[in-house]
Amino acid sequence: MLTACHECDLLQREPILPPGGVACCLRCNAVLFRDIPDSIDRGLAYTLGAAILFIVANIFPIVGLEVQGNLHATSLYGAVESIWDNDMQGVAALVFATTILIPAVEISLMLYVLLPLKFGRLPRELAPILRIVAAVRPWSMTQVFILGVLVALVKLAHLAHVVPGVALWAFGGLILLLTASGSTFNMHELWNLVTEKE
Amino acid sequence: MSESDVTASQLGLCTCHSCGGLSELLPGVHEMRCRRCGAALHLRKPNSIARTWAFLIAAYIMYVPANVLPIMKTGSLFGSQSDTIMSGVVYLWHSGSWHLAVVVFIASVVVPLAKMLCLTLLLISVQRGWAEHALERTKLYRVLEFVGPWSMLDVYVVTILVALVQLKSLATIQPGPAAAAFGAVVVLTMFAAMAFDPRMLWEPKEAHHV
Repeated sequence: MLTACHECDLLQREPILPPGGVACCLRCNAVLFRDIPDSIDRGLAYTLGAAILFIVANIFPIVGLEVQGNLHATSLYGAVESIWDNDMQGVAALVFATTILIPAVEISLMLYVLLPLKFGRLPRELAPILRIVAAVRPWSMTQVFILGVLVALVKLAHLAHVVPGVALWAFGGLILLLTASGSTFNMHELWNLVTEKE
Repeated sequence: MSESDVTASQLGLCTCHSCGGLSELLPGVHEMRCRRCGAALHLRKPNSIARTWAFLIAAYIMYVPANVLPIMKTGSLFGSQSDTIMSGVVYLWHSGSWHLAVVVFIASVVVPLAKMLCLTLLLISVQRGWAEHALERTKLYRVLEFVGPWSMLDVYVVTILVALVQLKSLATIQPGPAAAAFGAVVVLTMFAAMAFDPRMLWEPKEAHHV
């Protein structure tokens, strides 16, 4: 089986990988593909966990400010709304897309692919779904968002009493699970399933 | 480059940019689609150089208001104050969180600028047909792709601050125009990096299929 490196176009034979092995381009050392043991079982576990935490992280407030005995808290969507109301619709849309919409699309499409595979069936329309997953992935920015929340908290810490919300802990778990599910979702193996089907 | 090194394009094979599968390019046939995934096939990303330049120049332009204009306005009992990205970094530094000041400075000022300068360098190297250091330049491109989203940091900081600090009589924070400009810089540099085709770094100038 021949393959071409996506970064330098070198034509090379696809090696047979040992469990957990990585195939790298002979010329530029780009990662061509990986063998990920139990990728469906582990990927499904991580992704289901991520889905649950994603819902918790979006329902509950992330942080609150306590001033004169009053607690003023905000959820992620509430933050998007308040930016929108401040005449920053573009920024609001960008924050909404990169922290809510795209992670939601990514998680649900990964579940759509992994759930049927777990029960031995091939998901319908696998090829277009995989194309969408690959296209949206660079725009999923939950990790960066959490770092932003932490910076904001430090800036506020001396101004008022800051109360971390449930969603902040959920987000902490979410970024770990999202990273884990992203690195077990084996595109190369899934594309090979599309080829076998034909 | 040793003699055994053959690229896919030299054999008339085209890598699908979506699924990575190889397809044979049929001469005279336009608008071919990948057999496996149905994506349109191109030997290289179409108009890679021109499109990367377009996104990159737009990003350079937006970088100016992003740094000069205020990113947020704080109003309180003691008057109001505008903060640019740099003054926010200086404030963090003086308030004792120097490590966060470093993180914000790197993510918001250094990374976007370094990213634009590196892409400029890569584009010029391709257009002038430099043959050396293809491996180093490819590694540089990999770093660029990886750091892309991290410059969104300040946009998120402002979002959270604006949402939290709405304490009517005591203090309010409003987003400034730089927040929008800054978001635009991040999106434009990400588009620019995506439009660039690293395979051009490895082939002689005459072979560019752009």
